[in-house]
Amino acid sequence: MAVDRILAPIIKDAIDFDIQLKPYQKFTLDNGVEVYAYEGGSQEVLLVDMVFDAGNTYEGKNWVAAATNFLLKNGTSTKSSFEITDAFEFYGAHLNRTCTNETATVTLHCLTKHFEEVIPLMGEIISDATFPEKEIAILKQNQIQRLLLNLKKGDFIANRLIDEYLFGFEHPYGKYSLEQDYKNINREDLVAFYEQFYKQGKCVIFIAGKFPSNIQALLNKHIGQLALNKKEIKEQIHPIVSAVQKKYSIVNDAASVQGSIRLARPFPNRHHPDFPAAQVLNNIFGGFFGSRLMSNIREDKGYTYGIHSYLQNYKHAGAWMVSTDAGKDVCKATIEEVYKEMKKLRETLVEADELKLVKNYMLGALLGDLDGPFQIISRWKSYLLNDLNEEYFYRTIQVVREVQPEQILALANTYLKEEDFYELVVY
Amino acid sequence: MIQFEKFQLDNGLKVLVHQDASTPMAVVNVLYNVGAKDEDPNKTGFAHLFEHLMFGGSINIPVYDEPLQRAGGENNAYTTNDLTNYYCQIPAENIETAFWLESDRMLSLAFSKKSLEVQRKVVCEEFKEHYINKPYGDVWHKMRSLAYTKHPYRWMTIGASLSHVEDATMQDVKDFFFQFYRPNNAILVVTGNVQIDQVKALSEKWFGPIEAGTPYVRNLPKEPVQEKSRTMDVRADVPLDMLMMTWHMGGRFDEGYHATDLITEVLGGGTSARLYEQLIKVKQIFSSIDCYHFGTVDPGLLVIEGKLVKGISMTVAEKAVLEEVEKMKNEILDAKEVQKVINKTESVICFEDMSIMNRAHSLAFYELLGDADLMNKELSLYQKVTPAMIQQTAQQIFQDNNRNTLYYYSKS
Repeated sequence: MAVDRILAPIIKDAIDFDIQLKPYQKFTLDNGVEVYAYEGGSQEVLLVDMVFDAGNTYEGKNWVAAATNFLLKNGTSTKSSFEITDAFEFYGAHLNRTCTNETATVTLHCLTKHFEEVIPLMGEIISDATFPEKEIAILKQNQIQRLLLNLKKGDFIANRLIDEYLFGFEHPYGKYSLEQDYKNINREDLVAFYEQFYKQGKCVIFIAGKFPSNIQALLNKHIGQLALNKKEIKEQIHPIVSAVQKKYSIVNDAASVQGSIRLARPFPNRHHPDFPAAQVLNNIFGGFFGSRLMSNIREDKGYTYGIHSYLQNYKHAGAWMVSTDAGKDVCKATIEEVYKEMKKLRETLVEADELKLVKNYMLGALLGDLDGPFQIISRWKSYLLNDLNEEYFYRTIQVVREVQPEQILALANTYLKEEDFYELVVY
Repeated sequence: MIQFEKFQLDNGLKVLVHQDASTPMAVVNVLYNVGAKDEDPNKTGFAHLFEHLMFGGSINIPVYDEPLQRAGGENNAYTTNDLTNYYCQIPAENIETAFWLESDRMLSLAFSKKSLEVQRKVVCEEFKEHYINKPYGDVWHKMRSLAYTKHPYRWMTIGASLSHVEDATMQDVKDFFFQFYRPNNAILVVTGNVQIDQVKALSEKWFGPIEAGTPYVRNLPKEPVQEKSRTMDVRADVPLDMLMMTWHMGGRFDEGYHATDLITEVLGGGTSARLYEQLIKVKQIFSSIDCYHFGTVDPGLLVIEGKLVKGISMTVAEKAVLEEVEKMKNEILDAKEVQKVINKTESVICFEDMSIMNRAHSLAFYELLGDADLMNKELSLYQKVTPAMIQQTAQQIFQDNNRNTLYYYSKS
């Protein structure tokens, strides 16, 4: 008998899945540094994430936080930059640094069997980095060149400007570095920042993967004796100053064949009660491949290779953002279509079928996102650093399961109003 | 060690199953043995355009994505010069949805006119976004046509020209589909929380009835041995001068392949690699520099590319790169440096194998090469590489007559 290919196989709705966020283990090092751990996985690998309160919100001069973070591994009192990197790389280990608004991170990925060899180096760079003048000069030079290159890209310009409109250039979420900022930095700035925010800074650690049996002792020996978490670091509060003008059109390159479009409005952070349901609305609107923006503007009209909307969730504030690069001659039409989709969401109840699809998609994707030890610890990290916990996780799931078309319509009327959005095209 | 089972359906479809009960998810991966290299030189970009069309509805199912998303799944695809790969990740309980969707589009596409019209536009926007509206976006377009004269690696997967994509007709689409998208030209890999018997039954049920196609016999023109160094000058509106050099190297089956891979690691793998240390840090000639290759099935290219520090001349930069290259030929690596790149390779393999998605991709790719179990033998092949083999391979590759150089000058 021929198989029936018209009728879809029976599925279990993802909204009926029992989705759990597996708990972490926690221990505290001698110096008070807390370690959140999730052990598991099929491969003999692990990651160690040291998170410092050392983001750009704490810097006095632009770029000091990022430069300090970047140069942590470029020299200690006993090792050159090359020797440090070579020592990590010899064991196939990777040391990455990232600097964001509130926090700055030093992340180690390594094979479990080599953890004992590389963890001392990690302790060394956060207690004994020297910031050699030569390393600073090279970084400045290369950073300026990178900036020159990026300034040719419409999407790079658009990303900077839209954040500036939303938060103001004086706010860590809205500021960006100019060529002069790179030139203005000197060694004293970095050393001072390092002393305060790394060497005697506030740190929390996340680890995941397969652990060597003596991992606690090793962390205690190499990190637990450092002068961390001794001094209070006061959280910095910066006022948000949003731009008054709403619409912008900028020509960065007259020969450009596309425009980088950004539409954005301010939006609260994850502590706001509307956040979980707004995520559902966002998915319907432009949050995944089957969204309305993607279906209309890419799959029906072919104006763009991709269009996305998302909720940018920084610690203290956020934004609702629509982002796409579209053909030069269809930028205007693209923006009109985005507004039309907002209007539709404000005026017409979402069909039960579409809403169910989005709910299933979101929860299925969530199940996939929690697959693996690195993914689980990363979820915990994102919660704990933003003063959230598992209550938020389970409440979000509940809201996704239960949210009704009427609530979606009400949210669209609160948040998806054309007049609230900044509108920017960079050609 | 990645365990798997393998069987073949009567229509020639190869099926591989890898079980992992620790995850609630499953991955269904379908690799078609067709890439940009199989295209007609006058209709390039087709394999990739086709990848887009595969989401435009199949014979019994109007939209691919919707039922998958409804079942909590996500999907994507990619096209390379060698192959096209489709994959979805889905809660394991709903895996039959993926079989239903993938088998229907292997059975036949809907061949909708609207889908072709729209996807032609989407791909043109993709072309603009990645290759025109981006500084240095055309560099590979130029380098491929410089380095290859005969072999179809001379064009990029996006196509040699926008017009090839714009001119694609429905007949082209149908011909391409029935030539390449047949079960006997595909590999199905299922990984995750599944049972072997379950996958066998589902494969028979959904893919079994699809008729085999005429076997595809690949007969691509071989790239003749390059006899003279080739160069090309480009002037463009970019802020920095860029230098790119390539040398022909062996393909995936070449006995020097693993040694070549390690050469690119020694020169370009990470910030303790030689090019970074010598040319960015010590001599400060480049602001960025990389050395890599694409791991192509047929003979490929070993690449060194970098952006020059402002004020440094192209001649000085070229000489500095060639000095490092000469060192690879003239001096034998010490054992520690070889151990380092082997350790790094081991680490890369372990991290790659963490997800059921990557395991599915690797199984499919190695099966395409002839045997999925090769993925379990890779590390031992790297461990067998000696300093002498690296030097010998460097001597074979880094010859002047084998080199292609692109001088990409800033107009400003």
